[in-house]
Amino acid sequence: MMLTPKAFRGLTAVSVASLLALTACSTNSEGATADGGVSIDLIAYSTPETAYNQITKDFAETDEGEGVEFSTSYGPSGDQSRAVEGGQAADYVNFSLEGDVTRLVDAGLVADDWNTGEHAGIVADSVVVIVTRPGNPLDIQGWEDIVEPGVEIVSPNPGSSGGARWNLLAAYGHALEANGGDEEAARQYLVDFFTNAVALPGSARDALTSFTSGVGDVLISYENEAILARQNGEELDYIVPDETLLIETPAAVTTDAEPEAQAFLDYLYTDEAQASFLTYGYRPVVEGVTGEVEGANDPADPFPAPKVLFTIAEDFGGWPAAAEKFFADGEDGEPLGLVAEVQQETGKLGE
Amino acid sequence: MSSALLGPPADTVEETSPGRTPRRRRRAGARNTLTPGAGLGLGIAMIWFSLLVLIPLIAIIVTAGEGGWDAYFQVLRSDQTWAAVQLTVTQSAIVTVINVVVGTIIAWVLVRDQFPGKSLLNIIIDVPFALPTIVAGLVLLSLYGPQSPLGLEWANTERAVMLALAFVTLPFVVRTVQPVLEELDADVEEAAASLGASRGTVVRRIILPSLAPAIAAGAALSFARAISEYGSLVLLSGNLPFRTEVVSVRVLTFIENGNTQSAAALASVMLAVALVVIVGLDIAQRRVSNRG
Repeated sequence: MMLTPKAFRGLTAVSVASLLALTACSTNSEGATADGGVSIDLIAYSTPETAYNQITKDFAETDEGEGVEFSTSYGPSGDQSRAVEGGQAADYVNFSLEGDVTRLVDAGLVADDWNTGEHAGIVADSVVVIVTRPGNPLDIQGWEDIVEPGVEIVSPNPGSSGGARWNLLAAYGHALEANGGDEEAARQYLVDFFTNAVALPGSARDALTSFTSGVGDVLISYENEAILARQNGEELDYIVPDETLLIETPAAVTTDAEPEAQAFLDYLYTDEAQASFLTYGYRPVVEGVTGEVEGANDPADPFPAPKVLFTIAEDFGGWPAAAEKFFADGEDGEPLGLVAEVQQETGKLGE
Repeated sequence: MSSALLGPPADTVEETSPGRTPRRRRRAGARNTLTPGAGLGLGIAMIWFSLLVLIPLIAIIVTAGEGGWDAYFQVLRSDQTWAAVQLTVTQSAIVTVINVVVGTIIAWVLVRDQFPGKSLLNIIIDVPFALPTIVAGLVLLSLYGPQSPLGLEWANTERAVMLALAFVTLPFVVRTVQPVLEELDADVEEAAASLGASRGTVVRRIILPSLAPAIAAGAALSFARAISEYGSLVLLSGNLPFRTEVVSVRVLTFIENGNTQSAAALASVMLAVALVVIVGLDIAQRRVSNRG
């Protein structure tokens, strides 16, 4: 067609190169490295990449981890989970939502007792925070301040970003608490929230990028994302609201994983590995792990305890129930989830 | 990088071409004039085309069809989805019209005029192809977002959608019209002018009919690319339901909720829209060509 001979040569070269790359991948996924060691395929959502760089290096220096190499892949949690479901080689997975692990359990790729251990399959915690412009010019102190008229909110899209659900449940949890359990008032809070939303970017990372590019007055994000952004030199502040939601990021090994993957998962609960998570802004799940966190509001006391800390299990009846109540997309004649419903309502108002 | 370069032309080019070649062959009335070499070529083309395009397309339609017509009805009945379809198709159509006009002018300037920096412009035209779309989104956001050095605050509005689509689809019409224009003999225009044709008549009767197939092909590519765009929009448009949410974001929402059937149904609706537009452009193109 419109391809010039030169472009055609280019196309051919690229196709051949990608074929080669594919074959290279397939030889690599067998689990053994060239020098006879073991290679673990680590599949995770995007945020913990820096923490894992540190942790995998430390693990390779332990007795169990000697000679273990890692082949890592980071990306949006849902995409990563679907990729593994679709056949991407994985020994160890870490997602931002429980549902992404459940998908693999349903596909028979992760044992269904993955969350029965001491830490219920959770390797790191965080909380939902409100990120503001440097110096907090609007003097945002909590959830009520962001629904004031004129405050522009950026939050990832609850439709396309699984992680955005933490944010909305935290906001809803606050509204329910503040109104003594009045669901109608809490719903109205969500209406106000979406009325103020100026951008709902595709993922948590996109939302951060959008915010640091100047969009909006506040960004709803995770504490670890805010700390990591500050570690990377972004100019922003954040506040931990009085009521917020505990973010729990689940991890599991796959059923046909290398034995070293289980050793790696066990290693993650050591003080050393938890301290690495802490350095990069995650709240450790093991008691007694403390340290300074550069980028936190107060590096010496990085993780202030909020007055009320909601959890998915206790306050929202677990993820399956919460997903259905808040985020159901109304297909097959089922009712819309609360958040989807409010989004439609505010979307029409804004027209 | 490579997918940004290869992706859009590879699938959309294929969509437009099969309709044309067989028709010409049928008109010639030849049954099978393939030499062994040509047979091999056709075989490779068909295998590659099937693997790359046909099988995935059929998979989409089969998945969508599992729920019967009801599934389509369900998907389109949602106001939010319908708003996204309207926004996407409208903005893509506007952008395509802009591309037809501006793209043809750019191609004209590049071919017929001499000016300093011409070869540089010629290279820069392809940048939207080469740039990963998410980077394009980032660049556009810094240019037209709240920190805009131009003083334009278009982020998170319908204009942002149009801007992003216009950015990623700019090269299509330019690159399809340019080679045709290069082949076009200026002598014919001069002859027409010497016979008393006004400039307008020359453009209408000689230049446009020759360019029409190329313009239509470029317009089809640019429309098809625009209705499927995602990467450059996620940062710039804000994905606000009923305002700036495009179809690809809706599809992603369905997928994220494990609702692949609805995703496939919506995707096949967009395929149908693309098909209608491509066929429509082809018809329009034939009429204009025949005027020459």
